[in-house]
Order: sequence, then C-alpha cells, then structure tokens
Amino acid sequence: MSAAGFYALAGVALVVLGLYGLAVQAHLLRKLLAVNILGSGVFLVLVGLGGPADAGPDPVPHAMVITGIVVAVSATALGLVLMLKLTTTSGRPTLEDDAPREGPEA
Amino acid sequence: MSPVLLPDLPWEALLILLPLTGAAAGALWPPAARAIGLLTTAGGLLLLAGLGTAVADAQTLRHAVGGWGAPLGIELRADALSLVFLTATALVGLGVAVYADSYFERSQARGFWPLWLFLLGALNALFLSADLFNLYVTLELMGLAAVALTAFSGGRAALSGAMRYLLATLLGSLVYLLGVALLYHATGTLDFSLLTQRLEAGPAARTALGLMGAGLALKTALFPFHFWLPPAHSSAPAPVSALLSALVVKASFYILVRLWLELFAPLSGLEGAGTGEVLGWLGMAAILWGSWQALRQPRVKLLVAYSTVAQIGYLFLAFPLLTAAGLPDPAAWRAVLWLVLAHALAKAAMFLAAGNLLRFGGHDRIPDLDCVAQRLPLTVAAFALAGISIAGLPPTGGFIGKWLLLEAALLQGRWDLVAVMLLGGLLAAGYVFKVVGHFFTPAAAGHAARPVPAAMEWTALTLAILALLLGLAPAWLLPWLDLAVGPGPAEAVP
Repeated sequence: MSAAGFYALAGVALVVLGLYGLAVQAHLLRKLLAVNILGSGVFLVLVGLGGPADAGPDPVPHAMVITGIVVAVSATALGLVLMLKLTTTSGRPTLEDDAPREGPEA
Repeated sequence: MSPVLLPDLPWEALLILLPLTGAAAGALWPPAARAIGLLTTAGGLLLLAGLGTAVADAQTLRHAVGGWGAPLGIELRADALSLVFLTATALVGLGVAVYADSYFERSQARGFWPLWLFLLGALNALFLSADLFNLYVTLELMGLAAVALTAFSGGRAALSGAMRYLLATLLGSLVYLLGVALLYHATGTLDFSLLTQRLEAGPAARTALGLMGAGLALKTALFPFHFWLPPAHSSAPAPVSALLSALVVKASFYILVRLWLELFAPLSGLEGAGTGEVLGWLGMAAILWGSWQALRQPRVKLLVAYSTVAQIGYLFLAFPLLTAAGLPDPAAWRAVLWLVLAHALAKAAMFLAAGNLLRFGGHDRIPDLDCVAQRLPLTVAAFALAGISIAGLPPTGGFIGKWLLLEAALLQGRWDLVAVMLLGGLLAAGYVFKVVGHFFTPAAAGHAARPVPAAMEWTALTLAILALLLGLAPAWLLPWLDLAVGPGPAEAVP
C-alpha cells in the first residue's frame, strides 16, 4: 500500500474513533475531544489523499487543513465555554436528564 | 443595468464585507452596536438591490476576491439561485433586526448585534461561494455564530440546546469536509464549474455524495437527524429562533441543492435516482413525524419548532422527482424555492409572534393563553396569517409553493408524495388552529400581563403579510425561479 493510502486509512480510523466517542461518551469534555479526534481524522484524509495521484506535490490540501485547524480551535473554544456555563448552571457537565423535551416548560 | 444610475460595484464582495465590518466595529465599540447593526442590516438590502439588477443583466456574476481567481484564489458567484436565498436572508434579517431592537434589554443588545452581523455575513458569503471549501468555512462561521446566539440568554435550557446544536453542527460540517476531500482527490479542484467538467460517475463520486448529503442533512435537521433542532430553536430568544428556523437551516439546504442540481444529478442521471428516493422518503417521514409532534406540543415555541422539522420535509420532496431523462425536474425545484421563501417569511413571523406571547404573558403554554385575541390583536393576526401560509391554504405563498410541488408530483404519478403532502397540510392546519383556538378562550388562571412594544407586533405582522403577498405575486416571481433552476442542469449535460 502507498504511504498516502496508509495515512488516509489511518484518518478514516480516527474518524470512526471520533464518531464512537461522540456517541458513547456522556461527559461533554470527552464529546468535544471526540469531535477534535474526528476532525484530525478528516484533516489526515485530506492531506493523505491530496490531489489526483499523478499531479505531484500539491499545496491546496495543506492550506485547507490549516484553515480547518483554525476553525476547529475556535469551535472547541466555544464548546468549552458552553460546557463551563452549563456545568455552573445545571451542576453537571453532561447533556443527560435535560428538561424533558416534550414536557411543559420548567 | 444603466451604468449612469448604478456604478459597477463588486456587489458580492460588499455584501460579505459590510456585515463583517459592522460586526467587528460593533464588538469593538459597544455603545454604537445598535446603530451599526440596524444600519448595516438595512444597507444589505440596498446592496442586494444592486446585485439583483446586475444579475438580471448578466445572469451569472463572478468576482475573484483580491484579483485571485480559481483555482488558487477565492471566487464569488451570484446567480438567480443565490439571489433567492439572499433575498430571503435580507428580508427576514431586516424584520428580525427591527424586532430585536425592542426585544433585548440595552445590556443584552450589545452582545446581540455583533453576533447577528457575523451570522448575516456568513450567510451572505455562503450563498455567494463558488467552491466547496469556501462553503465549508462559511458553514462553520454560520454555525458558530448561530450556536452563540442560541446560548445567548444563558438559561439552562438554552445552554444545553446550544451545546447539542454545536456538537451536531460540527459533526455535520466535518462529514461534509470528508466528502470534499474525496472530490478533491478525484478531480484536483474545488471550484464548482471545474468540478462539473471533471467529475466522473464512480465510487468516489457516490461516496462523496453520500458523505456530503449526510452531513448537510444533519445540519438541515432532516428527519431522523432533527433531534437537535427542537431544543435549540425553542429555547433561544424569539428573534434568534426566527433567524435559525427561517434562514440557518436553509443555508445547508442551499448547498445540498447546488451540489445536486449542478454536480451529482447531471453526472449520474438515472443512477442517482436511488439517493433522490432516499432523500424523498426521509422528507415524507419528516412531514408526518414533525407535524404529529407539533400537534402534541404543549408550548407555542416547541410547536413552531416541530413545524419547522415538518416543513423542511417538503423541501426534500423534489429530490425523487426526475424528468424522463433522469435529470432534476425544474418544475419541482421551482416549487421548492418558492417554499423556501414562503417558509422563511412565515416561520420568522410565527416565532416573532410567539415571542410576543411569551413577553405578554410570561409563558407560552398553549392552554393557558388568556384571551390574547382581544389584547394582542396584531400578534394574533400575524400568527394566524403565517400559520395559514405554513398550512398551505390559499391565497398565501405557502399555498402556491405546495400547489406547484403537488402539480409536479401529480404529473409524474407520484401518489405517495401527493398523499403525504395532503396529509401534512391537514396536520399543519390542525396544529395552527389548535393554537389559534386558544387565542380566544380565557385561561383558568389569569396572570399579570406585560406590555408588548408596538415595533415587535408590527414586525411580526409585516413578515406575515409578506408571506401572504408572496401568494399574490406568481407572475412576477416565477421567471426568476425558472432562471434559478431551469437551464442550469440542462446545460451541464454533455
């Protein structure tokens, strides 16, 4: 297998790992970390696959990944602030046992 | 366009730069945030008029930002399809901005304006983007601004709704980006027009379509990915709910429409019909499930939020409708664009009216609405008019949209779609009239009432009347929609 294919497959594995964490973990910090792992997986696929195989070195995926990392950092910051606020308001860093979604207003 | 009347400005770039500059200025200088916010939102409408005349002249406008065109630079594109979504954004945005000016306390308002202008800039940029990666960036910019606005009031329900929304929106964008990676590997380009030339049918294109479709469906809250929408949209402040339901969910839908009409449907012809069918089934399920849930809700805002889940379903009914050649059916897409406009106006009016009820009585429990028909007649009129449009009764914008869609489905003998559309209309009438009925009855326990500023009542009513007027303007609007969906896919056929 080519090195590029190996990196892309590793990226896919990270994506799956991130999806699993996002679905299974209840703690919001772990959920945010899972999203970050998922994001790293996507970035690895982007760089690993790159452009068409015969086109030679290509700077565009790198530019995309740098932009993507900036987006991920901002999103994580917003998520952490939300998590802290939610923890101080509800006492728990999880989304479980919210006000019942179909129930009357709390 | 007469060059004497209108200078040849880069309207697309200005439509993005103006709100972003306003957002930065408002954040840096809070005392002026309100003035900047209102002026910028109104100025956007003027820029849109300029862009509209230019597009009417040239059909498709392209602008290379900073003189760097595709494939290396960022290119902006404006055509009739972007114009439909930009118009909805500008109209709803102006109404909500005027409403928010009275809704928020002075201290809260300082936080609201920069976030709203960021959201407006992101929406405009998204509708004007011509490459896949730029769409990802604008999606994220829009998502972050929307999440911050959702959490804005700081209550527990709002915070947990915003958190759920953030996780869903991040997951959606990243899955979309994975699809972009595959397309880039297959074609070596991100630009839409180059992609249409280079993309070939095959496993890469199919997987990319699946990933991007799933990510965008999650962000559009298509059933069964709608779980995040009702908590977020019902716990946000009323003006924010209006923006989220009317505009933000439409943005990811716009990308899906672009991808489908320009890239995937012409590419695979009848081969893509399977994906279209799946999207159509999910749309039908969304209509039935969302309407049924809306009917069961005890609170006005939750009811309106579930109604959004149902109405999003209608937008997806055009995907399975293909012409004999296996291409997207222009008649069905025209209907969907009409529904996008009608739903944006009517749903914004409904959420604003719900905000008035909440302000007036301090709650939005449907059974405890206390004779509001006599006490808030304008709000009640706004809710009822918007509800009629949502239910698709004549002579409203919602009626025309659903009529056109019904016609397209009938012509192709899709009785399943017809049946679901009719049933969804009945259920929608049911949940609208459930609320309207309680407007007239006295509640068991009376309560104190707070005054509602006139501006809040009038903006809700104005948006509802616009949704109504949309139903009276087919002759004027239909040529535009034809321009948006008609020749596009046909041209792309090799």
